[in-house]
Amino acid sequence: MDIQLQEVEYRYAAGTPFERLAIQHVSFAIPEGAFLAVIGHTGSGKSTIIQHLNALLQPTKGKVIIGDRVISAGKKEKNLKAVRKKVGIVFQFPEHQLFEETVEKDISYGPMNFGVPEEEAKRRAQKLIRQVGLSEEVLQKSPFDLSGGQMRRVAIAGVLAMEPDVLVLDEPTAGLDPRGRKEIMDMFYDLHQKRGLSTVLVTHSMEDAALYADEMVIMHKGKVYKQGKPRELFSQPDELAGLGLSVPDVVRFQHRFEALSGIQLTKTCLTIDELAEELSHAKKRGGLS
Amino acid sequence: MMEKMIFGRYLPLQSAVHQLDPRAKLLFIFGFVIVVFLANNALSYAVLAAFTFVLIYLSKINIRFLFAGLKPVIWLIAFTFLLHIFLTKEGDLLVEVGFLKVYEGGVRQGAFISLRFLLLIFVTSLLTLTTSPISITDGLESLLNPFKKLKLPVHELALMMSISLRFIPTLMDETDKIMKAQMARGADFSSGPIKDRIKAVVPLLIPLFVSAFKRAEELAVAMEARGYRGGEGRTKYRLLHWKWKDTVALSLLFVLAAVLWRLRS
Ligand SMILES: Nc1ncnc2c1ncn2[C@@H]1O[C@H](COP(=O)(O)OP(=O)(O)O)[C@@H](O)[C@H]1O
Ligand SMILES: [Mg+2]
Repeated sequence: MDIQLQEVEYRYAAGTPFERLAIQHVSFAIPEGAFLAVIGHTGSGKSTIIQHLNALLQPTKGKVIIGDRVISAGKKEKNLKAVRKKVGIVFQFPEHQLFEETVEKDISYGPMNFGVPEEEAKRRAQKLIRQVGLSEEVLQKSPFDLSGGQMRRVAIAGVLAMEPDVLVLDEPTAGLDPRGRKEIMDMFYDLHQKRGLSTVLVTHSMEDAALYADEMVIMHKGKVYKQGKPRELFSQPDELAGLGLSVPDVVRFQHRFEALSGIQLTKTCLTIDELAEELSHAKKRGGLS
Repeated sequence: MMEKMIFGRYLPLQSAVHQLDPRAKLLFIFGFVIVVFLANNALSYAVLAAFTFVLIYLSKINIRFLFAGLKPVIWLIAFTFLLHIFLTKEGDLLVEVGFLKVYEGGVRQGAFISLRFLLLIFVTSLLTLTTSPISITDGLESLLNPFKKLKLPVHELALMMSISLRFIPTLMDETDKIMKAQMARGADFSSGPIKDRIKAVVPLLIPLFVSAFKRAEELAVAMEARGYRGGEGRTKYRLLHWKWKDTVALSLLFVLAAVLWRLRS
C-alpha cells in the first residue's frame, strides 16, 4: 500500500489564540515496501507528520492519500478503522499505552478491536512475544511488573499484532540501552525485509537512518528540507550541522580523514565495513602507506 | 482533541485586566458571583451583560474564543433552559404541544438563568485567562492568610492548588497522546452505543492514572531532595503589590451592585 502526502499543512488548535503552525508544504511518498527515515531537530514536525499517516490528524491544508483513501482538509472523515488497521504506529514511549491485566490481553487489544477472534489474537501474542525477544511466561504477567525495556517490547508487540501493511515508528529506541536498541532495530528490519512491510522510522540516531533506510526525509522548521538517499544526504556534513543535525560517526571519520590526508575515497561510507573496504582499496591504489 | 479546551488556560497578553493584582481579581469574582443574583428583570440583566462585555473588551481576549470555550458546557446551559421552560408555570400560556405547556414566565426565567450562567462562566474564564496559575495561587494564599490562626493549612492548600494547576496542561497532553495511541490500536472513543463508549475509556484512564501517580511520586522526591519542608519561614520570590487600579476595579463592582439594586424589581 502506498502513502502520499501532498502539500500537507497542519495547525494545532486552529482558530484559537493557541494556534500553532506545526508543518507546511509537506509532500513526499512512501511507496509500498520502502524503508523511509525521517530525521530533524526536536520540534521540526516529525511526530505531527506521522499522525497523518493513519488519519489521527486531518490536514488543515493539502491531502494525504493512504492506499485508496484520500484524507483532505475540511472533509468530515468517517470509518477510519480500516486505515488504522493497515497503518500501525508505534508512538514515542509506547510503554505508556499499556493498560490490561496481562501482557497477553494487552497485545490482543489491537487485533480484537479490528475484529480478530480472541483465539487468533492469543496465537499472535504467543508468536510476537518471542519475536520481540521476551519469553512466553511474560504473557501471563501484569505489564506493570515488567522493566521499562520489557514494557517497550510488549507495546511494540501490541502494534505488530494488528499485522499492519505499513509500520510507523516514532523514535522506537529512545531511552533504551545500546544492546536493546540494536535488537529492536534488527527485528524491525527483519520484518521489513521478510514481510515486505513498508516502514517509516522517525529517529534521532543518524546511525540507524544510515544503516536501515533506503530513503530519507530531513525536516526543518515544519518543512521538508531535503529528501534523498542517505548516502547523498550524509555526504554534506556541514549542511546537516547547520540544521543542528549530525552525521554518523563513520561519515565524520571519513571526512576528517579526507581533510587531513588529502585522499578522497570513492564514495561516502555508511558502515564500518564499507569504510574499511574503501580504505583498503585506497591503500592498494597506493594512496596510503 | 483536547486542544480546544480553554478552561484553566492562561493567555499572556498586555491588558488592564491582566495587570490587576490577583487578589483584586479573586475578590472581584467572589463579589461578582453574589452581585449576579441581584439582577431579576430585563433591564438589570442588560446592565449586567453590558458590564461583562466591557470587562471582556478591556481584557483584550477575543470574544469568539470565549464562545468557543463554552462548547463543553453548552449542553448544561441548554438543559437548564429547557427545564425552566417546561417547569415554570407563570404568566400567559404561549404554546401548548401535547402535554407540554410553555408559559411566558418560563421562557423569561429560562433566558435569565441561562444568561446568568453564561456571564458567570465568562467572568471566571476571564480570571484564568488573564492570570497566571502562579499568581492565582499567590493571591489565594495571601487572601487566606488570616485563616492560618484557625489552623487552616493555607500554605499547603495553596501548594496543592498550584501543583494541580501546573499539571492540568500536562495531563491534557497526556490524555491526548494516550487517546491517539489507543485509537491507532483501533479504539473508538466517539461512536457506538454508550455501553461500548464507557468500556473504551478504560484503556485511557488506566495509563493516565499510572502516569499521574508516577509523576506525583517523582515530584515529591524532587521536592524533598531540594530540601522542601513546608511553608514555615518560607519567603516569597514574587511579592504582590496592591495598586490604586485594584481599588478602582473593586469599587466598580460596588457601583454595579448599587445600579442593579436600583433597577431590580
Ligand atoms: N498537541 C500539540 N498542541 C500544540 N502544539 C503542538 C502539539 N504537538 C506538537 N506541537 C507543536 O508542533 C511543532 C512540531 O512538533 P512535533 O511534531 O512534535 O515535532 P518533533 O516530533 O519533530 O519533535 C512544535 O512546534 C510543537 O510545539
Ligand atoms: Mg516527536
